[in-house]
Amino acid sequence: MTATPALAWQAAVIERIEQRTARVKSFFLRASIARHEAGQHVDVRLTAPDGYAAQRSYSIASKPGDAAIELALERLEDGEVSTFLHDVAIVGDTIDVRGPIGGHFIWRAELGGPLLLLAGGSGIAPLMSILRARAASSRDTEALLVYSARSWDDMIFRDELMEMERADPRFALVITTTRDLPRRPHDLGARLDAEALRSILRSWGKSPEHVYVCGATAFVEVVTRALITDGMAAERVRTERYGGAATRGSDG
Amino acid sequence: MPTRGFIGRRPPADVADRLPPGQHRTDDFPVLSLGPTPIVNLDTWKFEITNGPRPLATWTWAEFDALPRTSLRKDIHCVTKWSKFDTDWEGVLIDDLFAIAGITAPTAFLLAKSYDGYDTNIPVADVTGGKGMIATRYAGAPLEAEHGGPARLLVPHLYFWKSAKWVKALRFIARDEGGFWELRGYHMYGDPWREQRYTGDP
Repeated sequence: MTATPALAWQAAVIERIEQRTARVKSFFLRASIARHEAGQHVDVRLTAPDGYAAQRSYSIASKPGDAAIELALERLEDGEVSTFLHDVAIVGDTIDVRGPIGGHFIWRAELGGPLLLLAGGSGIAPLMSILRARAASSRDTEALLVYSARSWDDMIFRDELMEMERADPRFALVITTTRDLPRRPHDLGARLDAEALRSILRSWGKSPEHVYVCGATAFVEVVTRALITDGMAAERVRTERYGGAATRGSDG
Repeated sequence: MPTRGFIGRRPPADVADRLPPGQHRTDDFPVLSLGPTPIVNLDTWKFEITNGPRPLATWTWAEFDALPRTSLRKDIHCVTKWSKFDTDWEGVLIDDLFAIAGITAPTAFLLAKSYDGYDTNIPVADVTGGKGMIATRYAGAPLEAEHGGPARLLVPHLYFWKSAKWVKALRFIARDEGGFWELRGYHMYGDPWREQRYTGDP
């Protein structure tokens, strides 16, 4: 085996905190970790004075090469780490991070497209990194994001995504809200099911080369099953799931 | 260095003793997979043990389902930081598979291979001696597809990515070669108690 240096814990300074939705804040961290690839995550560690420590994994929402890494975190009522970051942490505080981590759920400009991105709730975070990386690349990759959120106001990055869609004819955005009315003609005020996804893909009219799905387990299962049933090759579909109390993206 | 203002929520001592470093307890059973859940048909399902590419033993579902099963109650630990206590599995011990097929391990390492193209490496010593099984039942019911059904490898003392879902083969390999995640930044062995999460961890 080749000796690979360990991914060391690094002190990261919280440079900025931005309220994204009622339950989601973005934390912008300055840390000397290696440049990440779009879709990767970092581990975060908080340490108590007596040495007790808590760790979680969070997807990176900023694009590779940005000066600060952005973590968009939902505040979970019983979340040990997310409640601390939301309620106690302030700009200038230091937390430990290590990473970037993950070698599968990643997109590079040279992979191209067309790209189909399916986000459920806070599962948007790694897909946002991919969309920002895509927007910054010189290639004309076609992309569609279908973003399922509880309501219009629960959509993280809503304004940025709508601006992206306005400015870029090769990027399409469909918003599905499970507990809210649709706001635009091609949006959907319902849970994203197989039939709805089929109809959205038909309107888009492209054949996706790479598919990235991130969200709660039930969301990922429904949409990936629909894609596979309709003939999508499983190798083209990368997934990240979070179920219940504990995983990356929307972690305690 | 302590994090300013962080006190944390220590689990009670009996829980803390069972949590490897950096883990926390969950009562859910989160699902983590690299892609879509594959649809595995029991009529065409087969499980084989091979030495390199050479088959040593093969079972159809009907044959496998008739093998003597063993129950294991174990704590499991996922590299994404959750641990789940007292999970109840039922399946065929690797010891029993080797005994039934008359296999003496020809090498010290295995690659578990799955129906979705996934694979992962495990030393033979970590699945024998009662430590590993091909699990077909969880909590008294057939293993659900999301959790790796109809059959998954179970090696509960290592991080759970080693317990390959939708397993279709165990292949003896001459040298320890990384599988899917091991080639993508994760540790070759993956002992939660030594916190061997990523390549380069001690």
